[in-house]
Amino acid sequence: MPQPSQDKNGRLLLSGNEAVALAALHCGVALGTGYPGTPSTEILEGFSALGGKAQWAPNEKVAAEVALGAAFAKARVLCTMKHVGLNVAADVLFTMTYSGVDGGYVLVVADDPGLASSQNEQDSRRYAEAAVAPMFEPADSQDAYDLLQVAFATSERWRIPVIFRMTTRVCHSKSPVKPRFAPDVIPTAAETGAPATDFVRNIAGRVMVPGHAKPAHRRLRAKMAEMELWNISQGPNLVEKRSESLGIITAGICYHHIREAAPDASVLKLGMTYPLPLATIRAFAATVDRCVIIEENDPWLATALRAADLRIEAKDDATFRFGELSVDRVKRILNKDTSPEPVPPRGKPPELCKGCPHTTSFEVMKELNCIVSGDIGCYTLAALPPLSAMDMMIDMGASVGMGLGLRHVLPRDQAKRVISVIGDSTFLHSGLPGLVEMAYNPPETGHVLMILDNGTTAMTGQQEHPGTGRHLDGSGTHKVNFEEMAHAAGVKNVFTINPIRERAMLKAVLADSLQKDELTVIIARSPCILAAGRIAAWDKELKAKQAADEPAESGSCECGGTCQH
Amino acid sequence: MTTNQVQTTNIRFAGLGGTGVIKASDIFADVVFRQGHTVKKAEVHGMSQRGGSVQSDVRFGSEVHSPMIPDGACDFLVVMEPTQIEVVRGGLRTSGTLIVPADIDTTKLPSAKSLNVAMLGRLSRHFDFPESAWRESLRANFPEKLHTANDTAFDLGRTP
Repeated sequence: MPQPSQDKNGRLLLSGNEAVALAALHCGVALGTGYPGTPSTEILEGFSALGGKAQWAPNEKVAAEVALGAAFAKARVLCTMKHVGLNVAADVLFTMTYSGVDGGYVLVVADDPGLASSQNEQDSRRYAEAAVAPMFEPADSQDAYDLLQVAFATSERWRIPVIFRMTTRVCHSKSPVKPRFAPDVIPTAAETGAPATDFVRNIAGRVMVPGHAKPAHRRLRAKMAEMELWNISQGPNLVEKRSESLGIITAGICYHHIREAAPDASVLKLGMTYPLPLATIRAFAATVDRCVIIEENDPWLATALRAADLRIEAKDDATFRFGELSVDRVKRILNKDTSPEPVPPRGKPPELCKGCPHTTSFEVMKELNCIVSGDIGCYTLAALPPLSAMDMMIDMGASVGMGLGLRHVLPRDQAKRVISVIGDSTFLHSGLPGLVEMAYNPPETGHVLMILDNGTTAMTGQQEHPGTGRHLDGSGTHKVNFEEMAHAAGVKNVFTINPIRERAMLKAVLADSLQKDELTVIIARSPCILAAGRIAAWDKELKAKQAADEPAESGSCECGGTCQH
Repeated sequence: MTTNQVQTTNIRFAGLGGTGVIKASDIFADVVFRQGHTVKKAEVHGMSQRGGSVQSDVRFGSEVHSPMIPDGACDFLVVMEPTQIEVVRGGLRTSGTLIVPADIDTTKLPSAKSLNVAMLGRLSRHFDFPESAWRESLRANFPEKLHTANDTAFDLGRTP
């Protein structure tokens, strides 16, 4: 990775994600964990590259739980995910605010207003309120660097997990950062102020049975009341007094759009948006004639402030709830202009790479007239022309369940055409329970699950996962075996086929599997062409190591080397 | 309402995913930042953009607010891929400068992949940053085996 740009004043040009990674290092974060997801992926990669301990979990829920255990042991932990990942981790989120933590726990969630690379435009700020978790929202890279330190201090002071909400433009925009340590310095634990880890038993605080959870809920609400007072008196909120005729309340990237769209306006920029510093907001609103809320996505701030009986103006949600905001759109909101916005010319949509093994797999499904229950990954692009070979895609892992549902109710001739298709990383993320369901409640017509195993989490930029046998930093680890998992779940027919080299076999096996009223898992295995060189080099290295470790042993099976063991 | 307008220079790089758009914008931002300017850079990226339209905005000056260039406010528009010119042309100011592959004698490129570096060379003519600053950033952003080819490509764009 190239070194970040540095100017003569010791400032670095960093993306928001890189700034969080650097801040995590400077906060003495003991463990970073998460699941890749645009636009959050580069945080853990950056943290690892800087020398931090960072690892990918199979999914966001597991990541949040690993982080929770570490935070119970007084460590500082960073857990990262994209917005929809927080849906997966929501279960642990809603109760770990009750239990609280002993160390510092910052959960970074990256929203994607405008859906640059997501399946929905959900607003994660609602999770802070719903799960009762304090929330910080940085506006740029310096803000991200500074606020992460405040977030850890808050988490440790009130012993509570904290949400750090970013958006695509904050994650992926670069702006100057002045760090508190020189760029080439890795601070010691003493310099970061990170506490030593230790286990102290606290059964009533961490075993959330009703008898313990009832008082925990009251404790949580009391913490929130305290935090609101702190946010009012010392919170990381910025009041800029300029015009008395116009005042704007905002948080996150919108602050910068506002400064450009309305340079004379007074601004209250909130850095901590839950619990809201209502008294601060009320005082600010009282100093201006017109008080406007500028926020992307849902009218979350506007609703909260109206509920608190503040006289504020908000954007027209029929127009501006959709997509991200910009300087031009902020001007429109301030001018109450809801006339049709200019539509930029349509660019070229993304497509599967030339030579991608997924293309072959979907061509075969198309030739066999399959009804394809799809999933999330590069291969979702198969839904677009010219392939148009995927019929549904909703959330991670859903291909398996949706395919089974179709099979259960469709007329036999249609049910026989249904196939579930899922990528390797997505399968391990949340397709596994679907596999178990498939074996537990098999449809009368059987079912076919195809795992497109290209040996990497390709869509987010080729991250490792438990099926690649590599850690986040590329070092070797145990490699999960898909074939054995399918057998263990109770699937009788398991095939491993290379879709590029064995296209005819893939078609024959799929056609045969669709005919039978049985359960079949087909692993279509061929490396992502972008990662193939790296995967081949690693395989070679691994084989050489195995040969050196066991020089006299022959293989345990008698396949002659065609199986994947 | 706008009384204290800040002088900001806006450069948009555009093309298709995988053609070096983001890399070119990274190098340009690096050059400008090392010259002591405040820089902001915005893009939407991710593997899902592969092969699709990509653009990356760089803004610099004494003070920069939004990282995204407002509609029709590009001073420079550097388009790496001919099919994308009409898609992004509307972003350019009336007085702005459009730089396209036709400005380069691509038959003389050391490799097709080095077009983005040649385009940076072409862009460099419009700024009075020292030539050494461009070359340093190119070296910092590419592996050593590409340095000679990049020097050739940069010269091709920079020399009138």
